[in-house]
Amino acid sequence: MHNANPTVDLQALLREANVLDVIETLDRELVGLLPVKQRIRDIAAYLVVSKARASLGLTGAPPSLHMSFTGNPGTGKTTVATRMAEILHRLGYVRKGHLVSVTRDDLVGQYIGHTAPKTKEVLKRAMGGVLFIDEAYYLYRPENERDYGQEAIEILLQVMENNRDDLVVILAGYKDRMDTFFRSNPGMASRIAHHIDFPDYSEAELYEIAALMLAKLDYRLDAGAAAALAEYIAKRRTQPHFANARSIRNALDRARLRQANRLFATGKPVTRDALQTIAAADIRASRVFQGG
Amino acid sequence: MRITQGTFSFLPDLTDAEIALQIEYALKNGWAVAVEHTDEPHPRNVYWEMWGMPMFDLKDAAGALLEVNACRKAFPSDYIKVNAFDSTQGWESTRLSFIVNRPKNEPGFRVVRQESAGRSIRYTVESYAVDRPEGSRY
Repeated sequence: MHNANPTVDLQALLREANVLDVIETLDRELVGLLPVKQRIRDIAAYLVVSKARASLGLTGAPPSLHMSFTGNPGTGKTTVATRMAEILHRLGYVRKGHLVSVTRDDLVGQYIGHTAPKTKEVLKRAMGGVLFIDEAYYLYRPENERDYGQEAIEILLQVMENNRDDLVVILAGYKDRMDTFFRSNPGMASRIAHHIDFPDYSEAELYEIAALMLAKLDYRLDAGAAAALAEYIAKRRTQPHFANARSIRNALDRARLRQANRLFATGKPVTRDALQTIAAADIRASRVFQGG
Repeated sequence: MRITQGTFSFLPDLTDAEIALQIEYALKNGWAVAVEHTDEPHPRNVYWEMWGMPMFDLKDAAGALLEVNACRKAFPSDYIKVNAFDSTQGWESTRLSFIVNRPKNEPGFRVVRQESAGRSIRYTVESYAVDRPEGSRY
């Protein structure tokens, strides 16, 4: 007999898509970012439900998944975009799942008639995957009415609308400037369904990020260095040009340089342990501690 | 007379979905896809007009299909073909080439006999279409 009310196992669909392990790695490797992770879960659930609906013959246009990532520098926008490409690929929303990361330079030309081919070229490359436009607000320069950025925006809009099942566009940038950008380009704002805000990291989260980075590089902190790093993070956060995880990565890179120098200065053979350990002095030598 | 040049030319015209699958195959092999068009159907005419640059770092057929359709829109009654170029050493040439658009009416070819020295005759073929100037042949 024909079943008038068939059922679909959503969990099975989710497992089938192998999307859970991407979300788990996201949880494991990205510290904090709770609202972002929640949003990604929502989107994954939404796509699974759309798939289930389609399998039962319920109508539904493919959902629009263009997104905007706003947040301060170093809050993980690019990293999440790469993962997003993978998640969308596993859920069958994009065919290839690669990420094409561009900025204004890659889209906007230098003379009349140069912009359209350039933008189209990038769009063609991104088809089947995700186009990530970093610092997207630079596309729109209201102070120069002959700026070619507007042309790039118009082509983008057209493709975002007509080729919705060929690519997903993710715009990224600082919150306030992106807000201005969307206000002056209502067409863009209305075509982007998901606005995701990346919060700044807390001190504890930044420390955790540092620990993760060091562990990946086979380094570790001795007790003094751990305290110094915590202190460093607290001080660095209050200083200008703080770029969250990026500042931490740079600080660790410099600490590694100093460690190498220190090991050389001893002039003796070094142990495996010594090669791995970052000491307090390596971190305390930073200009952050010299009040500068 | 239907022109048969390149791959698949003895088959019925490919649909867009079939063209996309062929392009997908080319991309999977790492070949660069290019679109060319002409209104000079002579089989020895190898210099077709390029429709834009060959598309080198394409990942998906949708991008190439976009160009095919743009070319069709601009030259609805030209011959349009898709070429797939293999740049690996030792090949460095076109590996796949097929027609994706042709004029509605293809008038075919006539034999032209040229009398030359002595009583000898040189034979050649010429399309009826080329009687009219370039751009207004079909």
